[in-house]
Amino acid sequence: MIELESYLLLSAITFVIGVIGVLTRRNAIIVFMSIELMLNSVNLTLVAFSAFLGDPTGQMLVFFVMTVAAAEAAVGLAIIIALFRNKQTLNIDEINILKW
Amino acid sequence: MNKFNVLDLWYSSPLVTLVVTGLVLLVLEGFRRKSQRMAFGVSAAGIIIAIGLTIVTYGENQPAFNNTFLQGTFGSFFSFVFLAAGLLSLILSREYLERLNIHRTEYYALVIFAIVGMMLMASAIDLVVLFLGVELMSLCLYVLAGFMRTRVTSNESALKYFLLGAFVTGFLLYGIALLYGTTGTTNLVTIGKNFEAYSGNAVFLLGVGMVMMGLSFKIAAAPFHLWAPDVYEGAPTSVTGFMSTAAKAAAFAAFITVFLRTFEFAGTKVSEILAILAAVSMMIGNIAAIAQNNVKRMLAYSSVAHAGYMLTGIAAGNEEGQIGIMFYLAAYVFMNLGAFSIVSLVEGQNDTRLSFDDYSGLSKQQPLLAALMSVFMFSLAGIPPLAGFFGKYYVFLAAVKADLTWLAILGVLTSLISVYYYLRLVVLMYFRDGEAQVAAKPSLGTIVAISLAAFLVLQLGLYPSLVVNIARGGF
Amino acid sequence: MIMTFETVLFYFLAAASIASAVMVITRRSPVMSVLFLIVNFFSLAGLYLTLHAQFIAVIQIIVYAGAIMVLFLFVIMLLNLGDEQRLAERISYKKMIAVGLSFAVLMEVLYVVAYSGTEFPTKNLERAVEIGTVEYIGRELFTTFLFPFEITSILLLAAIIGAVVMAKKKID
Repeated sequence: MIELESYLLLSAITFVIGVIGVLTRRNAIIVFMSIELMLNSVNLTLVAFSAFLGDPTGQMLVFFVMTVAAAEAAVGLAIIIALFRNKQTLNIDEINILKW
Repeated sequence: MNKFNVLDLWYSSPLVTLVVTGLVLLVLEGFRRKSQRMAFGVSAAGIIIAIGLTIVTYGENQPAFNNTFLQGTFGSFFSFVFLAAGLLSLILSREYLERLNIHRTEYYALVIFAIVGMMLMASAIDLVVLFLGVELMSLCLYVLAGFMRTRVTSNESALKYFLLGAFVTGFLLYGIALLYGTTGTTNLVTIGKNFEAYSGNAVFLLGVGMVMMGLSFKIAAAPFHLWAPDVYEGAPTSVTGFMSTAAKAAAFAAFITVFLRTFEFAGTKVSEILAILAAVSMMIGNIAAIAQNNVKRMLAYSSVAHAGYMLTGIAAGNEEGQIGIMFYLAAYVFMNLGAFSIVSLVEGQNDTRLSFDDYSGLSKQQPLLAALMSVFMFSLAGIPPLAGFFGKYYVFLAAVKADLTWLAILGVLTSLISVYYYLRLVVLMYFRDGEAQVAAKPSLGTIVAISLAAFLVLQLGLYPSLVVNIARGGF
Repeated sequence: MIMTFETVLFYFLAAASIASAVMVITRRSPVMSVLFLIVNFFSLAGLYLTLHAQFIAVIQIIVYAGAIMVLFLFVIMLLNLGDEQRLAERISYKKMIAVGLSFAVLMEVLYVVAYSGTEFPTKNLERAVEIGTVEYIGRELFTTFLFPFEITSILLLAAIIGAVVMAKKKID
């Protein structure tokens, strides 16, 4: 049987991969995808805790996180579209009117 | 146990009123061609009713919705602050929005929903509800920051706020997951009761650290403040005013709920870390503010510094600290909102007239506005007998009581630095000739609202014990 | 050590999810990143099944892979990012610091989880199976978690308003 630690370690690794993606990539959409990666690895932590504790709260929180992620995706992509209309780029290095 | 109680709706009636107001606004938008004027009236009425209900249900100490929501003194106090800030900022933003051609009903709906999120943050006693409140508020603010769609600075500000905010949400959520995993519950009251059992657990402490990081971002404490100057500068000024006051107060409410009302970290390593965060914020905020030439950026850095002063109260970890922060926030909301509203009056089209020089000689053209701005600046600098002074006094006193005298001394020293850049504006307004002007003649309503904010700043300074008593739970 | 089917499945899915995550953050083309992200979501759904969380596994695919990722793809196509100029992805010292710090955080988390001597609960199989079902989650959602559930409806409403305000081509 797989121990809880294995799930936690796996989710920590994917979380950090997401963090590295956010910190190193310059394309706003890929940065956003890395953030989704982070949220998903937290979901794995939550489901694992939930199953091992025998408590449903973790899975409910995952359900809510998915809703939040969907809402964030809608708003975030809309912001990206609005910026692209005015600037024709998604490179966050070129966001230099306000320094990054 | 899981039954739904009708009384719960009564305890959360301010919240329900606001949600209904938001829905009415959306329907209005669909059916009326020129719905903006009516939208203002509807949202103002909704907020005023909600304020009334907050006063009636003040300090209702019954947990509602299956132990996830507790109005209580704490929630009521903060709800009142958010609603007052929201109302003032709506009154002050109306003309600004009209002038910049972004006067739209959605603005009101988003502000109303943002306040709903803030009230959830202040009244939550469950991490799930707290998280959803944070997200609801942030989501509305991302859009509001980019509300001026045709301006690139506004787009960029929204994108920056969004990407960094979502990034930090990941950490906040990871922290919540770890707290849940070690305690087996998301209920803060239960966690608080068994706090002793967890306080040595490494996974629990890791979760605490991540939650601290997430909330520090929302209050714009250094070193998590890097978004603040740019977002504050790029967003429409009326939004900046709302964001830097109500949203900061909401984030502090969540901070207090988690770190003072649930955890007892006073005198441990965690409170040392909080003290260091506070010290760094004070220094970075004040020193960076001196170098700014744009008034919005200066106020952004000053808000970082103020976050540092308020964190002092959390680092102290005693009841005086909590009361001090609550008083400080009430004062801060009015003085900063007032300052931003005058900035929005002076500001011209396309981000012009935002530098310090544009204020030289303002007292000749607009003596009343210059006088009001001076009141806000003196209060932000912490000069007695204005409200800002007593805010600092209470939190520093709490720090001394908690053996953090060095932090209190540092706070006083950095406050002295801050006097320089606040008074620089006052000196420019009064003793320098220039062609300062306001973009449009402010209406009577705007003048009354700004004067009201200034009056409250004075009043809170003259009778600080009034607010302190309300924060303690009595009138 | 005997490799049961469960262990083999876990390691396979774990490897798939790490590999696809690395691919997501290293691809040049956003479309490729989206596709690898979908692979990652499928492997996570598989992991949820090994944890007996059937409902979450299903909505992981329907909501994440089915709806959110399609939205991403849609925006990428709309903005025609496929043949966008190559973004200059330079390796700078700032990035090296960022990666180094991230690894430090990872090491810390790994250390805390694996070696700090925290005792984790062991799984009660029957209970885990019970709470993962649609019936159980549905009942909890409309009783214990009714309040957060209602909040999410406001959250989605605010998101709709926001998306329309930001992205609608012509306003009024």
